[in-house]
Amino acid sequence: MTEPLVADAAARPSARGWIRSWAPPALLVGAGLAVWEVAVRVSGTPVWLLPPPSAVARALVEDRSLLLANAAVTLTAVLVGFALALAAGLLAALLIDASPTLDRALYPLVVASQTVPIPALAPLLLIWFGYGLLPKVLVTALVGFFPIAVNTVDGLRAADRETLALLRAFGASRGQQFRLVRLPAALPAVFSGARIAIAVCVIGAVFGEFVGAQAGLGYLMTRAIAQFQTDRVIAAIGLLSLMGIGLFGAVALVERLVLPWRRFVVQTGADR
Amino acid sequence: MRAAAIGDAGATSAAPRLELRGVTSTYREGRARLTALSDLSLAVADREFVALVGRSGSGKSTLLDIAAGLIEPDAGAVLLDGVRLPASARLGRSAYLRQRDLLLPWRTVVGNAGLALEIAGLPRQEAEARARARLGEFGLEGRGDAFPAQLSGGMRQRVAFLRTILAGHPRLLLDEPFAALDALTRTELHDWLLALWEREGQAVLLVTHDVEEAVMLADRAVVLSAAPGQVAHVEEIDLRRPRRRSLVTDPAFVRHKAALLDALGLLDREDRA
Repeated sequence: MTEPLVADAAARPSARGWIRSWAPPALLVGAGLAVWEVAVRVSGTPVWLLPPPSAVARALVEDRSLLLANAAVTLTAVLVGFALALAAGLLAALLIDASPTLDRALYPLVVASQTVPIPALAPLLLIWFGYGLLPKVLVTALVGFFPIAVNTVDGLRAADRETLALLRAFGASRGQQFRLVRLPAALPAVFSGARIAIAVCVIGAVFGEFVGAQAGLGYLMTRAIAQFQTDRVIAAIGLLSLMGIGLFGAVALVERLVLPWRRFVVQTGADR
Repeated sequence: MRAAAIGDAGATSAAPRLELRGVTSTYREGRARLTALSDLSLAVADREFVALVGRSGSGKSTLLDIAAGLIEPDAGAVLLDGVRLPASARLGRSAYLRQRDLLLPWRTVVGNAGLALEIAGLPRQEAEARARARLGEFGLEGRGDAFPAQLSGGMRQRVAFLRTILAGHPRLLLDEPFAALDALTRTELHDWLLALWEREGQAVLLVTHDVEEAVMLADRAVVLSAAPGQVAHVEEIDLRRPRRRSLVTDPAFVRHKAALLDALGLLDREDRA
């Protein structure tokens, strides 16, 4: 009764595969930077209007301690805000899932949380909580909460009905059905929500700093814009992008570790 | 004819493992109320293999759901080991296997196979150890830590069988467990299931579309008529065990098969003996 194994090789990327997936974007970015550099120099555009990449690179190196110190402040707001969004989003999803009444009561509020205009809310938070970390954390948490809550609710509802019926036939209690099937079945959706949330949390934190802060990359950018330090602004934007990519990658990495079975399912397109 | 379906064997010895008495079951479809099963009686004794044959829509799966305790019939009684039990008390008393293997994609082979034991209260490690000890017997040697998506359809269904058997219930409810498999894998699993059942001797109720499968495996084949499901015919299959593949050309095998096809209305008048 030996049967062939459905391909589980190629789950681990080879060095060649790594080059193949990273070379195109790297080349594209490199070419774009080169065109930018040449165009700025040839046209004689003033540095305050559009600095060449070399000037931005110089700003990154020369102002590195300033940039990194402020990046650390922004990163703190992102991480704390994301943690808050995750906790609140999961809690809201569990409550919505727990009873139809709570569903009717809470779901509109979850949607409403997304329709609140952040530009209107951020100054209010400033009035209430001052210029410290808290108002940034709250803005960040507010934008990250929605994708996590909505995805988790969908994930909990997506559990296969026939599988649940089988578990009942085995004599599983509601708690066992939740622990053994519904929760694990929801995890991929939770992670989808978390990946979206971590990206918008970076935007949320910077916006919070725009409105009023004493430190952070958003604060640094508003100062630099006022002084036409365009190279520093672009350097800060570059750092923010890196931060976003890094955080997104970190969430994806945790997902891989927590859900090792996913790569086989995605690969074979089987099941679910 | 109805009386034969109740199984007189059960009356003389111990009570049947599973008995349905005058079961009627309806379901709602839109505004209409449709009857899936009508006044149906059926019994499966210990160490008996009964096949339930019928066209789509004859309520075969509903019957298994009722036996398993997932549905309470509108009328009639369900008895396990001679005791009449409500649906909630029937849950967790029978091993149930469906056409879809319903393996949890996030659990390994042993994690899936031990699931019913875990639900019954065994610690996960203990359940997985018991599953691992029987992998070889189910043709899953060395695959204990694989995920379902890494396995072929035949292997997946054997994992589902292992999960079902490990629960240790004296009743097996099998809802077309071979229907999704290719013909060769199906044949292989037939032989394997017979060997397993001859060792363990559960009371088996197998739902199938496949007349040949019913004759090959069962002691008795019950034909259900469609909408509403009622017992249309009972065929006692007294072919000697252990059954071998070569039986398919045996005149007695062919006769049973023809009788079942006839009961299903699949034989033309000229074809009838």
